Amino acid sequence: MNKDKLVIQGHEFDSRFILGSGKYSMDLINAAVRDAGAQIITVAVRRANTKKEENILDHIPEGVTLLPNTSGARDADEAVRIARLARELGCGDFVKIEIMRDSKYLLPDNKETVKATEILANEGFVVMPYMFPDLNDARDMVNAGAATVMPLASPIGSNKGLATKEFIQILIDEIDVPVIVDAGIGRPSQACEAMEMGADAIMANTALATAGDLPAMAGAFKLAIEAGRKAYIAGLGRVLTRGAQASDPLTGFLRD
Amino acid sequence: MENEFLMDTGNLSEQALAKKHRLENDPSSRTDHMEYMEDMDRIDPGIREAVLFEMKNYDYDKYTARDVMTALRRDKCGVEDFKALLSPAAEPFLEQMAHKAQIETGRHFGNTVYIFTPLYIANYCNNYCIYCGFNCYNNIRRLKLDHSQIEHEMKVIADSGIEEILILTGESSSESPVEYIGDACRLARKYFRNVGLEIYPVNVKEYKYLHECGADYITVFQETYDTDKYEKLHLLGHKRVWPYRFEAQERALMGGMRGVGFSALLGLADFRKDAFATGMHVYHIQRKYPYAEMSISCPRLRPIVNNERISPLDVHEKQLCQIICAYRIFLPFAQIVVSSRENAGFRNGITKIACTKVSAGVSTGIGDHESKYTGTCSEESEGDEQFEIADARSFDSMYADLSDEGLQPVLNDYIYV
Repeated sequence: MNKDKLVIQGHEFDSRFILGSGKYSMDLINAAVRDAGAQIITVAVRRANTKKEENILDHIPEGVTLLPNTSGARDADEAVRIARLARELGCGDFVKIEIMRDSKYLLPDNKETVKATEILANEGFVVMPYMFPDLNDARDMVNAGAATVMPLASPIGSNKGLATKEFIQILIDEIDVPVIVDAGIGRPSQACEAMEMGADAIMANTALATAGDLPAMAGAFKLAIEAGRKAYIAGLGRVLTRGAQASDPLTGFLRD
Repeated sequence: MENEFLMDTGNLSEQALAKKHRLENDPSSRTDHMEYMEDMDRIDPGIREAVLFEMKNYDYDKYTARDVMTALRRDKCGVEDFKALLSPAAEPFLEQMAHKAQIETGRHFGNTVYIFTPLYIANYCNNYCIYCGFNCYNNIRRLKLDHSQIEHEMKVIADSGIEEILILTGESSSESPVEYIGDACRLARKYFRNVGLEIYPVNVKEYKYLHECGADYITVFQETYDTDKYEKLHLLGHKRVWPYRFEAQERALMGGMRGVGFSALLGLADFRKDAFATGMHVYHIQRKYPYAEMSISCPRLRPIVNNERISPLDVHEKQLCQIICAYRIFLPFAQIVVSSRENAGFRNGITKIACTKVSAGVSTGIGDHESKYTGTCSEESEGDEQFEIADARSFDSMYADLSDEGLQPVLNDYIYV
């Protein structure tokens, strides 16, 4: 499995688990990074906009790539401004676009996200848009320069799992950049299922924050994601097909 | 109940005292509290009419244990469920409500609790609200901080570690005009990451101006949604106009503010109806302005200890907890703020269930942060306090207490864009 890397616009990662960081403390972030083997953690720029000593920007665990997000942005213009601020703060070139015009469900606004993707990709950002899994919008984001797409599995924080499964499958089948399933994954089994479908990575936050033992849950997610990935590569479902092929072929009667 | 609040303090001229007594005793001497004054914006009354209609028709006695259990089983809490959760029938289910509320809080906020502090910059007031220490007939030390005094207070507060500030004034547009408040907002932008305002309601263009000065959150306490009771408690001044106050949040959003805060002072009137109306106010504003951030504060008039008479208006800790849990289950996305009027034990407990925002290092006086934080300044230059607080924890001890409870204190989660 060592050669099976997650590649985001030329950047290679061994881990396929992206950790959210917004809902728990620095100590727990470090423990989760360790137990999950995570190499990418997201950070809300608006949360990092703090003077306190617990600022994640001053304590980035070793070997970890920061993925600043634009939460709080209500349109493309605000997202672009927050992304630029992230770069100024030293967060690097990765950015996860989050644009919400809805404070109740925090559903992403795909149209504004396409606009922001284009502007930020042109400015050299590695753009990872959080999105509602709509194929046309995903294509527009890719054409605008998105490095990945990050479709939601179900409403953020809901821990409801793959409510949008069919539509995420379509993205996995049709989109050529990595598809990272984000939001709504509440259990390791759900993460595993998404990986079995062919998702390239999983992002989770609330599922960890609300767990009884956060680092242990991070470890469980790691294992589930690896298991799902292995199953996908091993060719899930074909096992049964092969079994069927082993019996007498249905077409054995054909003579010429 | 109103009579319990009435008192005369010294220094009033005979004429003023006569006017005060006339206002108190003769309803016909008061203005129509449902009529706008001339300079007040009038906006679409749809939300106001809806909330008043729904509150009028809310009969909490008709809900049963069965309704409460249904509400608790439901994945998504509807308006009828909210009514059941606020009813007396829900009181025996407080523990189950707390569990459900805790789950909702976790989904939306994880383990985070936001910390802020209020800063009173002036306590002049043109209103006569009979239950408030700042009311215009009350003989208190009035003070309005000037530019450099405000800056000094802000420095002291910022040095303590606080990053979110809520600037408050008494409700006097003549003593604390919008330009004065705007100046304070610009100063606050230098020292804090997040600036909110709790001031007298203003028009859309004034909210827009204050937004441009750096404020992004507006809190207005409606006090009570019972318009008849409101009339008996707010006898004089701009604040007397109930609809204008009700529409403040909507005007603030029209003026470009990011978030708005709501509150009834529970115990002024029928607290179940007031809590219901507060929830519905938030509900309707959220539907009309889905991008807005919402917060609810939960102050109460505390029942008097050893009060022999049991008043149906009394909001004990159990009832307050029930209301807060019902808010959380019905409006899981809203910030819930619990006042420093409540004691540390209650605040610690409720932050583990549903409250997501607490104040720390609180003073409700004027210009006294240095003396309160460091014990160095004289009392001479300070204005009197609006009310006494019960949780006097400093920022550091609040931060430590929250961390000890396994919660994640958040000092800022905001960028001005």
